Amino acid sequence: MKKTLTLSVIFLLMLAAALPGHLLAEELVIYSARNEHLIEPLFEKYEKETGVSIQFRTDNAGALIQRLIAEGGRSRADILITVDAGNLWYAAQQGLFYPVASQVLEANIPSHLRDPGNRWFGLSVRARTIVYSTERVDPGNLSTYQALGDPQWKDRLVLRTSKKVYNQSLVAMLISERGVKESEKIVRSWVDNLSSAPYSSDTKVMEAILARKGDVGIVNTYYYGRLLRDKPDLPLALYWPDQSGAGVHINVSGAGVLSTSSHKLRAVHFLEWLSSPEAQKVFAEANMEYPATPGIDTHPIVNSWGTFRASTMNLAQAGELQTEAIKLMDRADYR
Amino acid sequence: MKFPGRIRLPDGWTASAIAAAALVVVPIAAILFQALKPSGEIMGHLASTMLPRLVLNTVILTGGVAILTSLIGVSLAWLTAVCEFPGRRALSWLLLLPMAVPAYVMAFTFLGLMDFSGPVYRILTDAGLPAPSDPRSVWGVILVMSLCLYPYVYLLSRSAFLSMGIRSMEAARSLGASPLSAFFRVALPMARPWIAGGVMLVIMEVLADFGAVSIFNYDTFTTAIYKAWFGFFSLSAAAKLSGILVVLALSVLLAEQKMRSEMRFTSMGKEQSDSDRFVLTGTWKFAALFYTGAVLAVAFIIPVGQLVMWCVSSFAQEFDKGYWSDLGHTVLLGALAAGLVCTAALVLSYTARLHPRSMVRHLVQTSTLGYALPGTVLAVGIVIPSAGIDNLLASITGFLGIPMPPAIQGTVPVMLAAYMVRFMAVGFNPVDSAMHRVTKNIDETARTLGARGIGLLRRVYVPILRGGILTAGVLVFVDVMKEMPITLMTRPFGIDTLAVKIFELTSEGEWHRAALPAVTLVLAGLIPVALLTRLSEMTPRRRKTDG
Repeated sequence: MKKTLTLSVIFLLMLAAALPGHLLAEELVIYSARNEHLIEPLFEKYEKETGVSIQFRTDNAGALIQRLIAEGGRSRADILITVDAGNLWYAAQQGLFYPVASQVLEANIPSHLRDPGNRWFGLSVRARTIVYSTERVDPGNLSTYQALGDPQWKDRLVLRTSKKVYNQSLVAMLISERGVKESEKIVRSWVDNLSSAPYSSDTKVMEAILARKGDVGIVNTYYYGRLLRDKPDLPLALYWPDQSGAGVHINVSGAGVLSTSSHKLRAVHFLEWLSSPEAQKVFAEANMEYPATPGIDTHPIVNSWGTFRASTMNLAQAGELQTEAIKLMDRADYR
Repeated sequence: MKFPGRIRLPDGWTASAIAAAALVVVPIAAILFQALKPSGEIMGHLASTMLPRLVLNTVILTGGVAILTSLIGVSLAWLTAVCEFPGRRALSWLLLLPMAVPAYVMAFTFLGLMDFSGPVYRILTDAGLPAPSDPRSVWGVILVMSLCLYPYVYLLSRSAFLSMGIRSMEAARSLGASPLSAFFRVALPMARPWIAGGVMLVIMEVLADFGAVSIFNYDTFTTAIYKAWFGFFSLSAAAKLSGILVVLALSVLLAEQKMRSEMRFTSMGKEQSDSDRFVLTGTWKFAALFYTGAVLAVAFIIPVGQLVMWCVSSFAQEFDKGYWSDLGHTVLLGALAAGLVCTAALVLSYTARLHPRSMVRHLVQTSTLGYALPGTVLAVGIVIPSAGIDNLLASITGFLGIPMPPAIQGTVPVMLAAYMVRFMAVGFNPVDSAMHRVTKNIDETARTLGARGIGLLRRVYVPILRGGILTAGVLVFVDVMKEMPITLMTRPFGIDTLAVKIFELTSEGEWHRAALPAVTLVLAGLIPVALLTRLSEMTPRRRKTDG
């Protein structure tokens, strides 16, 4: 009798141990292509505020999306966070995201920073703009992205490789504004003006300008911010192009609720929380980006760059035209 | 087939070889299966705009690195294994250290030192000298990759020179050969399988590399695979290109196998010992010291010194409690994977020996192909079948009314299996090269004395192959520690390693903050390297007292 009791207690204990933790506690599983050190503080804050426990895995966007496709309906993941609108568009295209009807998100995130079908939402904004040497360039000579192909910049332009998605999105937006033919002409004129082969990172682009390997380049604002944080007297400055035209090219990091999630309400609540002013401030400041929600303070360094008019074209277009953009850059021999 | 044991034995061995090969083939097949899906006009676009350049670039890079690593690796191995000069003993293991520096870290550090942002450029331009040319050239990539990959050739050819019968060298010299011609006419041909095995690893590593070439913005097959996948969002086009890579790797393997099968090894000879070394004198002594020291400085001391300097500036920020757990996971996973791969390599190599001219040999060779695929592509090849098994299990238990969470994915066994798929070649080549040196008469003598099966393997082969197995273990351990894409893709929630940390920091360009985990990786690589050296140095000494 005693033995049976002991055995059944052991059995029950084993059963309890075998029960997966996520059936017992309130949990969210997040796949993130945004770096751990940029998002973990927010996860911890949310855990503390709500008691929901967050499990996450980081990897690059393509690998995470392929993993979600392979896992299919059995995936434990509830949310995908990734950088670049192209990746968000592709995940939506693959049917990974669930359309979210949330008044909070619709109110907080401007419509051009989210999917027209509300499958993903931009959560932070980065501008891809012109950087120039304050020693050798008169900003009066700068005007548009297109004008970087003018003869005055011959052997003075420095670019990052076309393999980086940020440049692919930039060219995709050019195509949506001006069409393939004209965009190809612009990209070719950039390539003609290059002072050296394209570099592997935005930071190298700026270091090249500092070392007089060129005078102007195109970079994401936060890379400039990082450099400025270490060296406040940097002889480089940002220029906001296309102010009388389409506006500065921007991109987002963003997230969507996965259609296979079994905790959709919980997941939507987390996204709504991320779009709240308090979370937005942390989200953007961590990487010196701009909040997606308007009217929120930015990092003091970001503040010092002043305001600009950003492109309001819907970012889903960057995804749709990405393939076209890469082909165009290949044809123009932009490596 | 004269021996009773031989008829019964193969079944078990062959079965396990088939199982091991299947484990490796499944992910590759999963990838190649993706290639069957349509990929639209993307392949046409790639073929017309990029393919010729990619092929040329890949061939130049692979060829260049193969040649340079052979030159560096074999010359260093000869000097430290056969000659005697001051500092030889320390240098013989110090020269292995660059192996622990991941190629992308070396690439980044090299550019940091050499390009316009680095000290070399500054010193030259400050002194009014002409600025050095752009280090991001094809020569730059070849040099950087050779500096971190030569230890594969060095380690394997050194173990060949050490275990090579000194008698054959003595014979050559008594026939009037100079040390130099003894090297070219006797030692080099005898060491060919080892050298080829090492170069093979190097070639596969170069074919699979993505990190280093992308830092140099040098286009190869791998960068095209990444572009097809992440740029054009076409896993199918990426898989087609990967298919071409697999075929390339397969033909290299076959060529090497053919070359090796033309050789016969019948003598184990006497192992190298200290008293048998060529003692270098005069200028030669200093030349040897200078050369080996220069390689060590360029491949290790200078880049790691730069890393340490970066590390100091970010130390307070990066040194937290997470650091120790990352380090613990890294070492544990490396050790477990090394043990597994060595065991599997031993079984495969032994099976191939039992069936020298059958399909088994090809099967076994196939199981080493995982090394030539870019890590991220292979990682997807692993996720597809493991997710498939989970979904199958779940639908079975779901049919019975029991909800079931994923039981396979995100577990340590899958992670280890994935490492096995990736690094089988690294374990197999040293073990198999050593296996080729075991003479047929050793088996036969052992069998007539009644040793067979596991007993024969354990009591006769393992002791003879010890050097090869240790080499394999160290190589796999260090490779697993550095491995990034498979670790990222298959790790259970909460298991982070140093490589994961490096990925986190470098994917957004925070290279300097990644210096601490990078330096730690290098230091952790010291443990197995030091261990290997102690063990391999012990062997000849013990033999001497035995004799």
